[in-house]
Amino acid sequence: MLQTITRIPVAHYSNVKMRSGYSIKIDNKEIALFKLTNGKVYAIENRSPHPKGGVLSEGLISGEYVYCPVYDWKISLADGKVQSPDVGQVRTFKVELENDIIFIILE
Amino acid sequence: MKKLVMIGNGMAGVRTIEEILKLAPEQFEITIFGQEPHPNYNRIKLSNILQGDTSFDEIIINPLDWYKENNIQLFTGEAIVKIDVEGKRVISDQGREVDFDELIIATGSNSFILPIPGAEKIGVTGFRDIHDCEMMIKSAEQYKKAVVIGGGLLGLEAARGLLNLGMKVDVVHLMPNLMERQLDSIASSLLKAELESQGMNFLMEKETVEILGGERVTGLRFKDGSEVEADLVVMAIGIKSNTKAAKSSGIYVNRGIVVNDFMETSVPSVYAVGECAEHREIVYGLVAPLYEQGKVLANRICGLTAEPYTGSVTGTQLKVAGVDLFSAGEIFDDGQTKSIMVYNEFEGIYKRVLTRNNRIVGIVMYGDTKESTKLFRMLTKKEDITGTSIFQTECSAESGGDAASMPNDELVCGCNGVTKGAIVEAIKTQGLTTLDQVSHCTNAGRSCGRCKPMVSQILAHTLGDQFDAAASQKTSICGCTTISREELVEEIKAKGLTSVKEVMNVLEWNNEEGCTKCRPAINYYLGMIYMDEYKDERDSRLVNEKMHANIQKDGTYSVVPRMYGGVTTAADLKKIAEVAEKYNIPLVKLTGGQRIGLFGVKKEDLPGMWEELDMPSGYAYGKTLRTVKTCVGAQYCRYGTQDSMALGIELEKKFERLDTPHKVKMGVSACPRNCSEAGIKDIGFVGIDGGWEIYVAGNGGVDLRPGDLLCTVKTTEEVMEVTGAYLQYYRETANYLERTSKWVERVGLEHVREVLANEETRKALNERMDKTLKKYSEPWNEAIQSEEIKDKYYTKHTVKVGE
Ligand code: SRM
Ligand SMILES: Cc1cc2nc3c(=O)[nH]c(=O)nc-3n(C[C@H](O)[C@H](O)[C@H](O)COP(=O)(O)OP(=O)(O)OC[C@H]3O[C@@H](n4cnc5c(N)ncnc54)[C@H](O)[C@@H]3O)c2cc1C
Ligand code: SF4
Ligand code: FES
Repeated sequence: MLQTITRIPVAHYSNVKMRSGYSIKIDNKEIALFKLTNGKVYAIENRSPHPKGGVLSEGLISGEYVYCPVYDWKISLADGKVQSPDVGQVRTFKVELENDIIFIILE
Repeated sequence: MKKLVMIGNGMAGVRTIEEILKLAPEQFEITIFGQEPHPNYNRIKLSNILQGDTSFDEIIINPLDWYKENNIQLFTGEAIVKIDVEGKRVISDQGREVDFDELIIATGSNSFILPIPGAEKIGVTGFRDIHDCEMMIKSAEQYKKAVVIGGGLLGLEAARGLLNLGMKVDVVHLMPNLMERQLDSIASSLLKAELESQGMNFLMEKETVEILGGERVTGLRFKDGSEVEADLVVMAIGIKSNTKAAKSSGIYVNRGIVVNDFMETSVPSVYAVGECAEHREIVYGLVAPLYEQGKVLANRICGLTAEPYTGSVTGTQLKVAGVDLFSAGEIFDDGQTKSIMVYNEFEGIYKRVLTRNNRIVGIVMYGDTKESTKLFRMLTKKEDITGTSIFQTECSAESGGDAASMPNDELVCGCNGVTKGAIVEAIKTQGLTTLDQVSHCTNAGRSCGRCKPMVSQILAHTLGDQFDAAASQKTSICGCTTISREELVEEIKAKGLTSVKEVMNVLEWNNEEGCTKCRPAINYYLGMIYMDEYKDERDSRLVNEKMHANIQKDGTYSVVPRMYGGVTTAADLKKIAEVAEKYNIPLVKLTGGQRIGLFGVKKEDLPGMWEELDMPSGYAYGKTLRTVKTCVGAQYCRYGTQDSMALGIELEKKFERLDTPHKVKMGVSACPRNCSEAGIKDIGFVGIDGGWEIYVAGNGGVDLRPGDLLCTVKTTEEVMEVTGAYLQYYRETANYLERTSKWVERVGLEHVREVLANEETRKALNERMDKTLKKYSEPWNEAIQSEEIKDKYYTKHTVKVGE
């Protein structure tokens, strides 16, 4: 199967606010960017892995984690893993930064 | 350092590790493997979760940070499949190999699943872990009918939980009596009658032979040919020690892993503890004996001289609301036993003590178990009972359960084997003042939690005058810190802390940026303390308050504009209608708070809608004043004695937007017919001839509670004054997220009355209230005006690929 890797510019780094979700839509994919206190940017699918769904972009950010705003699950932004006692995983996307532009790598 | 490995990350095992760390913190390099994907949690409380009393979060005993702080390497979601006893290493299902010098097996047990056709169908489960619990909760959302097989402790607790989850429940039991191993037939029939009145249906003396259905279960068949329907089957007939890894590695296993009085298995340097271990032919299934085993093992492994473990007598209780029972030791007469009995059929109280050679050998109590700790001590200590009166016949309500008269060696916490003497000593030598601290130091109360009221009493008795009831209930705000609300408020004032970040920093939060429990709370306390000076931190608020709209399950929001006192105009209704049409609002609904809600709004549409509505936010999402419901009152109604609409509107206009610990609702009726339901509001006003009655602490939600009459006043000015003072006192003394009903129950209505009786105090409270009220502005309007807010909170950025 042919695999295409796409590198998409999605936002200016300086426009993304610290500790706040930045929601983007690429075709039909909803993605949330988060800029942490240490300056790092992570991108995850904007969909809670909770069986009832929900969004993540409005969640509270603490360190490298986001708390799902609907069911309060604690989710790692680094690997998408839901923290115990809940279980699940959110899809994460690789992020690259060049000059002031944030790129997302879609595989 | 010697390498200590433990298989199993459950209650008995981790307690053993805690004991080892206490004895010799530096002796071992510790590695733990746990099959479940969680840190050690309180399995006992799964029953409470099912019954809706607590959450998964709250039953964690050792959070991940505990493992980190104690340098324990933890692998969760990873099972050990092989123990190489010769090579001294364990091998996991993920192929990981870890060497050990000493090995503890603490693999617990599994639910026993009947080996009958259909047992593998979807919808059939045991009741053992978080996974089972989640499965039951999920089933209850979709399905209606559950069958629990097994009328023992676990089965009845599961059945009660499923009833609470809204399912119809049948309990199938093989024997003629429920809990036949713990109760005699009288106690058992009292229990059955109580549970039937709670809605449980019993199918007694039925043997299940087949589970029916396709992929998913649809019913059961019994040996007598009869059938029942079921969408969910819970098997709670017993447990089976989890010995697989031990057995296949050549360690001697009978029913459980066989151990001697020092918890040593047949292989040197390999120990077993907990429900997987068989000691003197007994496998225990309650934590009390398992914790005793853990203590012995910890001493042994640390190389200290240990008293041998010689076995335990266990006492049983059932964790079902409305049922009070206790059982221990032998139950049935054997010709040499004599019983002492009290049976009050009228009040449903039954107590029976079985004696042999002047000593208690068995206890069964139903309906009143206050004397159980005393009797259980007499049983375990084999006290000679000649001449002692076993049951105080008169005023049994007063007898037993009294901290002052209790002897020092009486067991207070059965689960953890903690006596009154040990608690008193800990309080005195370590200066403890709260229940939390006592639990931490002595372990009392850390398992099933039943002993907590008694521990509180002992605390009060030991501290005497120094005892502060409210402070003793102190619990920390969240897992990020150990400090309580009171301490936090004190520290903020004393150290002059002014931002959420500064609070977490200076007070040494163990989680630098906090969590969803502490950040909104700190933000609230800061705003409360600094009144109009504090700059609110929007990103520390709960999502709804941050967005000024209520998030829904699909990520859309609801918009509920203010309609003061539930009174509207044709012009406003038109505006709402037009906006609803223009934005294709999927649901327009009258809310339970006398106004109109627009549901299913996309976040990017919010500011636009607000602009066109041009109405203030109704704060249907906030920890603040929600609605003030009113009746039509004297302006129209033939019974009305007061202008309820006018007062409602005045109240709503004055207190809207105010931050409160939890939401606050009001109701104003113009006569005692009370059409605005003022009796179940946080504050309710009922018009009478020549004045108003003010009711407080009503609640129409989860814990339905009628309001209490606070006072009766004559004028609207007095209404406003009392309300302002009452609300401000609530703001200053309640815990964040404590509703007024809970708050009043905690601090006492009399206390609130006393505070508000003082005119000076009332005045001061109102001044602080008025100062606070000055700081608020209309949030929807603010969002419309500010590009920054719109950009940060309400924008979705669409990216097109290929351009
Ligand atoms: C819209 C409304 C239902 C309706 O269709 O009528 C509603 C909707 C919600 N209620 Fe309610 N409650 C509504 C009236 C009530 C009432 C009746 C009343 O106010 O007269 C009660 C019982 C009275 C009381 O509070 O004492 C009520 C008791 C609750 C509770 C339980 C509170 C408690 O302390 O027991 C919650 C949970 C909570 O707040 O933690 C809750 C929580 C909720 C939330 C906010 C759940 C959430 O966090 O997402 C719901 C938001 C739905 C949404 O998507 O916007 N809702 N809720 C009502 C809005 C009234 C308004 O105009 O503001
Ligand atoms: C619903 C319920 C209510 C209860 N109520 C009470 C009560 O009121 N009072 C009371 O005293 N007791 C009660 N109990 C019993 C109590 O919970 C148990 O006795 C206690 O948990 C046993 O502790 P343990 O460490 O032996 O086993 P567990 O707590 O079961 O821990 C064993 C752990 O080892 C893991 N494991 C198994 N095999 C492996 C492997 N090969 N590799 C790695 N990990 C493995 C398991 O996944 C499990 O997490 C209740 C139990 C349940 C289920
Ligand atoms: S509460 Fe009394 S005054 Fe108000 S509408 Fe009902 S009957 Fe009329
Ligand atoms: S009696 Fe169970 S925790 Fe104390």
